[in-house]
Amino acid sequence: MTRNAGIWGVARAIAWRSLHTYVRRPDLFIPSLVFPLVFFASFAGGLSALGDVPGFHFPAGYTAFQFVFVMLQAAMFSGLFTGFTIAVDFESGFARRLMLAAGDRRGIVLGYALVALSRAAITLTVVTTVALISGMRMTGDGVQLFGLYGLAALLVLVGYAWAAGVAFRFRSIQAGPLMQTPVFLILFLAPVYVPLSLLKGWIHTVASVNPATAFLGAGRGLISGALDHTWLAFACALALILVFGVWTYAGLRAAERAT
Amino acid sequence: MLKTLRQPFQMFPIVFFPAMLLAVNASGLQAATHLPDFPTHSYVSFAIAVAFIQGGMFSLINTGTNLAEDIESGFFHRLALTPMRRLALIAGLLVGVAALGALQSAVYILLGLVAGAHLAAGLGGVLVLIALGSLAATAFGALGCVAALRTGSGEAVQGLFPLFFVFIFLSSSNLPRNLLKTGWFHTVATWNPISYLIEGFRSLYIVGWDSTALLRGFAVAVGLLIVGLALVVLALRARMQRT
Repeated sequence: MTRNAGIWGVARAIAWRSLHTYVRRPDLFIPSLVFPLVFFASFAGGLSALGDVPGFHFPAGYTAFQFVFVMLQAAMFSGLFTGFTIAVDFESGFARRLMLAAGDRRGIVLGYALVALSRAAITLTVVTTVALISGMRMTGDGVQLFGLYGLAALLVLVGYAWAAGVAFRFRSIQAGPLMQTPVFLILFLAPVYVPLSLLKGWIHTVASVNPATAFLGAGRGLISGALDHTWLAFACALALILVFGVWTYAGLRAAERAT
Repeated sequence: MLKTLRQPFQMFPIVFFPAMLLAVNASGLQAATHLPDFPTHSYVSFAIAVAFIQGGMFSLINTGTNLAEDIESGFFHRLALTPMRRLALIAGLLVGVAALGALQSAVYILLGLVAGAHLAAGLGGVLVLIALGSLAATAFGALGCVAALRTGSGEAVQGLFPLFFVFIFLSSSNLPRNLLKTGWFHTVATWNPISYLIEGFRSLYIVGWDSTALLRGFAVAVGLLIVGLALVVLALRARMQRT
């Protein structure tokens, strides 16, 4: 009981401190909102003609098709940016002091996970609001839309667990590209602009085995009401959280040994 | 120029990111060539123009970061104490950027050929691509100098990169302007000078010799260079008054 209280006490303190910093620093807050909006404007606005490509059928329209990509990308990047925060906290010396002070250091991992989820909640609220104002249609029912945001929450944790594992090991913001680049590549090697059936050549082969394809397919199925690989996507997300959870925990142990 | 060539991590993104984005976009957006009025059947030929602009953006960041590091380390101020004319400090830097711009343009031309792009303008087009690429890189490099002189911080210059990237996103980089169906996006892309720069490069690949597109492309590059140099003069004056 005391041990659990220690975990939650540490987690709450970290979550409060990091969120407080996040909303009070425009250099952190604004880019995390601007980038998904720019992606949404560029893809949903600039590529809307792709909805007329022969063979493209998406019931909710091209805006919703692209919204799902932007939403899931924003979710994963909310997790990644929290990895940056951990790295910066190590560089400033704050995380080392935290390691000394925390009763149960697993609370540190949990606390930053709460930060990632809270950041994602802010970003996804803004992006969804802008998308709805711009005329996006959601033809899925309430349960399906709940599932869509549930999937996004799991992807926040996937992104976070990967980046936190890197941050705990390298303890430097110099590792930023190592956190971002694989996620960026995996996302863009999925059917971003058109459905999988319209991709040809090597990208079709790569996208067919890419877990991000299942996430996008499930998300687009949930927003439109035409379900597609929903259970596969949730299973993949949970499996990745498990794998990267072990990776993060081992990273925390590595950081403990180094501090 | 030597500083950039001696630091492979500065050269890496210049080649890697445009190549990666070309590979991903050319494959993912190949379906767009089935749209009525799309100007070519090869999306690679359409998309390769964006690589030249991305290269220009990297020139901006690398030039700005190098100058900012010189300011931060005090090297720039020591140079300013020599009898050398102050504007010559920046001019020397920009001549190096122009040479690097020509080199990276040649790399993108090779990259396009390897990826299967067809250069409709032929051998003469290669020379024009290198000239326009070098001019655009110099113009972006001048803007990088402005950022460095204004902020004096390499970190701040790096932070500007996404801001400049927005100009590429909100242009005719992925589809021709006549196929931008969303009204506000079409308007933004039409007012965005980067659209005309991209279309200048693109015309050599798709059309061959399109004087209007080329004139507009060179006009934008020259215009950006003039604006950049004017801002450099003002920023340099302000920086020198502070030292």
